[in-house]
Amino acid sequence: MTVIAADEVAQQKAGGPGHDIPPQKAIEGRTPLQLAWARLKKDRVSIACLIVIIVLVLVAIFANQLTSLIGHPPNEQYRDKGLAPNGLPVGPGGFFLLGGDDVGRDILSRIIHGTRVSLLVGVVATALAVLIGVSVGTMAGYFGGRVDTVLSRTMDVFLSFPFLLFAISLVSVFSPSVRISIFVIAFFTWANVGRIVRGQVLSIREKEYVEAARSLGAGDFRIMVVDVLPNLVAPILVYSTLLIPTAIVFEATLSFLGLGVPIPTPTWGNMISESQGTYLQAPGFLIFPSLALFITTLAFNLLGDGLRDALDPRAARVLARK
Amino acid sequence: MTAQQAVDHAGRDINTQAGDVLLKVEGAVKNFPIKQGIIFQKEVARVHAVSGVDLEVRSGETLGLVGETGCGKSTLARLIAGLYPMTSGRITFDGSDITNLPRKKMRPFRRDIQMIFQDPYGSLNPRRRVGSIIGDPFDIHGVADGAERKKRVQELMEVVGLNPEHFNRFPAEFSGGQRQRIGVARALALRPKLIICDEPVSALDVSIQAQVINLLDDLQNEFGLTYIFIAHDLSVVRHVSDRVAVMYLGKIMEFGPVDDLYGLPRHPYTNALLSAVPVPDPDRADTRERVILRGDVPSPVNPPSGCPFHPRCPKAQDICVEQMPPLEPVFDDPPEHRVACHFPVPEGEDISQCTPGIDQSGTGPLVGADLSAVATGS
Repeated sequence: MTVIAADEVAQQKAGGPGHDIPPQKAIEGRTPLQLAWARLKKDRVSIACLIVIIVLVLVAIFANQLTSLIGHPPNEQYRDKGLAPNGLPVGPGGFFLLGGDDVGRDILSRIIHGTRVSLLVGVVATALAVLIGVSVGTMAGYFGGRVDTVLSRTMDVFLSFPFLLFAISLVSVFSPSVRISIFVIAFFTWANVGRIVRGQVLSIREKEYVEAARSLGAGDFRIMVVDVLPNLVAPILVYSTLLIPTAIVFEATLSFLGLGVPIPTPTWGNMISESQGTYLQAPGFLIFPSLALFITTLAFNLLGDGLRDALDPRAARVLARK
Repeated sequence: MTAQQAVDHAGRDINTQAGDVLLKVEGAVKNFPIKQGIIFQKEVARVHAVSGVDLEVRSGETLGLVGETGCGKSTLARLIAGLYPMTSGRITFDGSDITNLPRKKMRPFRRDIQMIFQDPYGSLNPRRRVGSIIGDPFDIHGVADGAERKKRVQELMEVVGLNPEHFNRFPAEFSGGQRQRIGVARALALRPKLIICDEPVSALDVSIQAQVINLLDDLQNEFGLTYIFIAHDLSVVRHVSDRVAVMYLGKIMEFGPVDDLYGLPRHPYTNALLSAVPVPDPDRADTRERVILRGDVPSPVNPPSGCPFHPRCPKAQDICVEQMPPLEPVFDDPPEHRVACHFPVPEGEDISQCTPGIDQSGTGPLVGADLSAVATGS
C-alpha cells in the first residue's frame, strides 16, 4: 500500500492550511446554541419581545415594591376617591393612573400583581408539561413496539379530552387554587409535547451515531440522555416558548369562569370577568387587563417564532424564499 | 496488508496468535419481520437479509466483504457487532460464544469488537464536541476520566492525524475525511482486536479514500488489528484485503484469498462483478468482454429457491433452481478458495457466450442491470 497523502496528514497535524488561527490560541468551537443566539440577536422583533418578557418578569418579581411605589395596594378599596359619585369606576388619569374597578381598587396595581399569577402559572405549567411530555415522548419514540403503542394511545386519549369541560369538572371537584390551575393546564398540554418529541426521537434513533453508541456498549438510558436529548433542545425550546402563552390564556380562561385563582387575588382573567358589568361605562376596566394579556401572549409567540428561525436557519430560508 | 503478530496494547491477555481464527460465524441467519396493523401487529412477510453465512476471520488479516446493495453485508456486520439479535446461528469470538448475549454480558466483548460506520456525517452526533465523542468509549467503560481522558483523547486524535487542539470543536467544523478519522479514533479508543469497517470510504472523495485507507493500513500494522472490510468498490477491496468473500442475497457465493479470487473467479456472479470494474485503458476497455446480467437483484422478501443467483445466471440449469450448492473448492483450486456453484467457471471460459438451460423470462428486461455503478462504488 502506498502512502499517497502523507503531506496532507502532516498539514492537518499542523492545524491545516485553511485555518489562519494561530495554534497557541485556544480553539473553542461555538455550540449550536451559541450560533443560534448570534442569529437571534440580529432579529429585532425577537429582541424586542425578549425585552418585554424580561420587563414582565421583573414586574412580577418586584410587584410588592412597585405597588407600594404607586401607593395603592391591589386589594385596597378606595370607596370615596376610587369611585365616581354615581358609584361607577373612575376613569384613567384621575385618582388612579389607569382608572379604578367597580369597588374602587387601582387597576394598575391589580394588573401588576396579576402578572405574577399569569407568569407563574404559564411557566410552571409549561415546565411540568414539557417534563412529562419529553419523558413519555422520548420513551415512546426510542423503545418503539409495544411501549410506543401504549404510550402513544395514552397521549391520544389525553388529546381527545374536551379541555374546558374537564377543567371545569376537575376544578370544581378540587376547589380552585393556583396549584390546581397549574396541574389542570399541564395535564391537558403534556400530550402535545409528547407527540412532537416522539416524532423527533423516531428519526433520531435511526441515526448512525445512536448505533455507534450502542456498539460501544452504551445503555438505553445513556443513549437517551447523551445522544438523543441534545438533539431535541431546539424543538423543545421553541415549543415551550409557544406553550407558555397558551397556558397563560388557559389560566385567564379558568379565572374568567371563576375556576382559576380564587378572589380577591388579582389575575388578568378575573379582572376581565369583573369588568363585565361596567365596561360600557368604564372601558378601561376591560381594556387594560386585556391589553396586558395580549402583549404577554404576543411577546411569547413572536419570540417563539424568532427562536425557531434562529435554531433552524434552513427552515427560515425556505420561508423567506416563498 | 499482511498478517501481523497481535501485540498487546491494553495489557490484556491475548489468546490469539496471528493467523489463528479470531472470529467464527456459523450458519448466521437474520430475518426482519414486516409487520402490519396499528394496534395489533401481524407479521405479513420477512426480509431474509442474511440466510446462512459461514465465515471465519483470522487474527491480523483483513477480510473483504463485497456485494451489491441490499445483499446483506451491513446486516452481517451488525450481527457480528451484536447490534441486532440473530435469528439463528452462532458467533464465536476469541474462543467464546457471543451469540445473542444480553447487554451486560456483551459489554466486555464490545471493547474488542468495534465498528467504523459508512456515513461520516450520520455517525457523529452533531450536538456534541469531538472530544466528548472520542471520549465516549472511555466514559461508557469507565476507563479514564478527567484530565487522563482528555490526554488519551488527544493522543488518539494525533494517531489518526487530527489536530489535538481541535477537541473542542463540533463535527460540523470538520470535512468528510476528517470526520471519518474521528470515527476511526473512536473505534480505536479501547484498543479493540477486531474492527468492522462498514463501507468506511464509500461516502468519501477518491483522494480522501486513499488517505483513510492508508490510515487504516498504518493502524493495522501499529496495533495488530483485524479488519472486516465491507465495500462495494471492488478495486478498494482488492487493495486492502487478504481474503475476500462475495455475497449475494444473504449468502456467500465465493470466498478465497484475494489474488486467487480476482485472478481466477469461479462463480459466474463474481465474474460478472469483476467484468464491470472499469479498466483505465480505453483500448483494452473496448475489446474486453463485459458480462451483462439480466434484471435486478430479486427481493430478499421472497428470495429465489436453490441458488439465489439462478434467475440471472448465464450458466443456470435445472439443478440450480432446486439445490443450493455447497461452498467448496472446485477444479484444482487451493482449499482456501471456495465457491458455491454447480457449474463453476473454468479458466478461459467466456461466460457472456453461455446460454442458460432454464427459462429466465420472469426476471426482467434483457438489457438488464449494469453492474458498473456497483463496481465503481458510485
